[in-house]
Amino acid sequence: MKAYNIIVLAKQVPDTRNVGKDAMKADGTVNRAVLPAIFNPEDLNALEQALRIKDKFPGTTVKILTMGPGRAADIIREGLYRGADGGILLTDRAFAGSDTLATSYALGQALKKIENVDLVIAGRQAIDGDTAQVGPQVAEKLNMLQVTYVEEVKELKNNTIVLKRRLERGVETVKCPLPLVITVNGSAPECRARNAKLLMTYKRAKTVTELQKENEDYTHLYNDRPELNIPEWTVNDIETDKSQLGLTGSPTKVKSIENVVLQAKDSKIISDNDADIENMMLELIESHTIG
Amino acid sequence: MANYYTDNSDLKFHLNHPLMEKIVRLKERDFSFKDEFSFAPMDHEDALDSYDKVLEIVGEICGDIVGPNAESIDAEGPQVVDGHVIYARGTQENIDALNKAGLMGMSLPYKYEGLNFPIVPYIMAADIVSRADAGFVNIWGLQDCAETINEFASEEQKEKYLPRVCKGDTMAMDLTEPDAGSDLQAVQLKATWDEKKNVWLLNGVKRFITNGDGEISLVLARSEPGTKDGRGLSMFIYDKQQGGVTVRRIEHKMGIIGSPTCELVFKDAPAELVGSRKLGLIKYVMALMNGARLGIAAQSVGVSEAAYREAIEYAKERMQFGKAIIRFPAVYEMLSMMKAKLDASRTLLYETARFVDMYKTYQHISEERNLEKEERAEMKKYQRLADVYTPLVKGMASEYSNQLAYDAVQIHGGSGFMKDYPVERIYRDARITSIYEGTTQLQVVAAIRGVTTGVFLNQIRYYESQAVSPQLEYLKRSLIILTDEYEQAVKKVTSTDDNEFVDFHARRLVEMAGHIIMSYLLLLDTNRDDSFLRSAKNYITFAKAQVKSHAEYIRVSELSDLGTYKFEL
Repeated sequence: MKAYNIIVLAKQVPDTRNVGKDAMKADGTVNRAVLPAIFNPEDLNALEQALRIKDKFPGTTVKILTMGPGRAADIIREGLYRGADGGILLTDRAFAGSDTLATSYALGQALKKIENVDLVIAGRQAIDGDTAQVGPQVAEKLNMLQVTYVEEVKELKNNTIVLKRRLERGVETVKCPLPLVITVNGSAPECRARNAKLLMTYKRAKTVTELQKENEDYTHLYNDRPELNIPEWTVNDIETDKSQLGLTGSPTKVKSIENVVLQAKDSKIISDNDADIENMMLELIESHTIG
Repeated sequence: MANYYTDNSDLKFHLNHPLMEKIVRLKERDFSFKDEFSFAPMDHEDALDSYDKVLEIVGEICGDIVGPNAESIDAEGPQVVDGHVIYARGTQENIDALNKAGLMGMSLPYKYEGLNFPIVPYIMAADIVSRADAGFVNIWGLQDCAETINEFASEEQKEKYLPRVCKGDTMAMDLTEPDAGSDLQAVQLKATWDEKKNVWLLNGVKRFITNGDGEISLVLARSEPGTKDGRGLSMFIYDKQQGGVTVRRIEHKMGIIGSPTCELVFKDAPAELVGSRKLGLIKYVMALMNGARLGIAAQSVGVSEAAYREAIEYAKERMQFGKAIIRFPAVYEMLSMMKAKLDASRTLLYETARFVDMYKTYQHISEERNLEKEERAEMKKYQRLADVYTPLVKGMASEYSNQLAYDAVQIHGGSGFMKDYPVERIYRDARITSIYEGTTQLQVVAAIRGVTTGVFLNQIRYYESQAVSPQLEYLKRSLIILTDEYEQAVKKVTSTDDNEFVDFHARRLVEMAGHIIMSYLLLLDTNRDDSFLRSAKNYITFAKAQVKSHAEYIRVSELSDLGTYKFEL
């Protein structure tokens, strides 16, 4: 039986599901201080899909790649508690202020350093930006095939996978060769709970930066148990073109932020021909959504 | 997204009791396991942090899965197919989630793949699971039968069965038979040694067996032919993988419907003897029952928590006569007394769990090395306390859970009588707690020893010696007066030297002790955290009235009066 190498892309996000009145600052930006930082919900659905493959195919490894500030190491620990084998924290000031383009560039460059990846699994979208762009962009940048809106892995045999996609007006079953990038829908099964023993073991997993902040000297512990070291990659650990990173690499500029109450319940479906896309762009510019 | 651990700060409060420091150090053998087991704690803070985080997992699974499944499980129930139990769908989902999270075998030693948790955090998990679904907690909570294997079985048996429990095999304790309920000495199930097969074979019928189709069962059976009493009974392990036991039927019950109550037929079912022959009832079942009674006390507290939460939420929202009904004295009095009884039973639960932890841990240590003189004395002290506190808390907490469930329905009015609100199920689920694992009347029989031997009074005097802040002194003074009244009542009853008279007043005396003990515990809790002040005050007022009422009853009662209560047959 084949074993697979799986990378789960996960993001730490502010918990926007229980927003109180202090959620936004006066200047219209998100007040991250009052919103707890959580594992992006659909990334947990993605992790569950990866862990299910691991359950079925012994020897499979599941690693988490996350980009964010130092505290995003929590995401890797949360993954370890649920059965992931490890993770990498991509963290550097140079990545700060990244929009989806710069994020997918950085993640893509990091993924290039990891050998023999069979599957990259990400959540459909993050609840802080709701763009659903990073997964597909990563696939494009790596020149990999992609399947979005996945709800279930129906079959996996050697290098062929059969996936069920949840779409607006029904489900679609697709067959695809590996390697592949998948984005997983929130309608996929919930992620399993943390495991007590794994939690008791990996609560001590730390990045080098975290270790340096510790008052007590646990160095011997981390030397004896290498699995407790969470690798931290900075901009120097991956090959990058600096102009494509962080704020400089991000063409998205926020012009203004306003409170809106969404009224339309249904989504609009736009075909992928050039004319329809052109019309949609014009409409968005006209309504000042972009521009 | 509910979490039944983090939304209840009272739990963390009890987890951080000062005595935990000693319990954890003993349980972790001075933190010597850390080199052998990657997840063993390095120090006290580390251990407490692990308990806290693991309970957070329990709380999350209960809030997200077990709680929401309770209603469908109650409607669907388990069924028997081909002599075996099929759980309700939700039950299986709950089991799978808790297994995946590694929450079976929580209190078993590391070497058998357990988490080596003390009883306190394990019981806390039971408290949380029970709040989510009082029927389901039975299936999950029967893992404490493993403690009996750990205590009395051979090393070989431990190695064979305990890791299986930790991996998720459910358990059962097969004691009751059609003619052996409260009186287990009458057990008939036959155990015969088969020379040819070199194995014990079990034949007969067991009834009212919770989770009777579990993977691993502890069975009480008569191994000594011709005997009639408890001395002819031995304890066996039956492994479902061996076959030989079928489920004839499951009972249709008032409550805890998700928990299958089975009638079992044993036909040449192979079984392994636990420990020595003839000690089945007198030694092993007693230990097993004490563990189970503490479990039922936790179940009762969880039910009370659920009842209180449903009631207060409804009372805040329900508008009558232009205001929320919680504003009416008749309603807020009920609710605050519900909370006081809930807090009182919970503090007694964890006090008892700590006593059990102390003596059981010493007991296990005594198998590894000789105990020091002081250690041995401490073990004895806590064993004496645990022996009488266990029936006390089982009795009091289960009666309170029934009262709370009753009041919760009452606060809901007509709606509470309908199946539209969870209180209807909670009310039915609560009813069994004061019946099984020994009725309240039998808990009194065990707890009265705490009254007659002075164990309760000694402990009350110990609580009295604990310093409290000056503004709480007046509460303590009133408890000292109550203690005098209790002492006088005990003297009055025991001085008759008549056993029937003692039995007649036993419930009153045990309750008096219980009220004073719970009052003191709430007072000491308040001294550590003033959020308990309301409950302490309200409970003490209630305790005063109860103790005085019982005292008066006993004061006017004479031995010669018993005749007016008796029935001619």
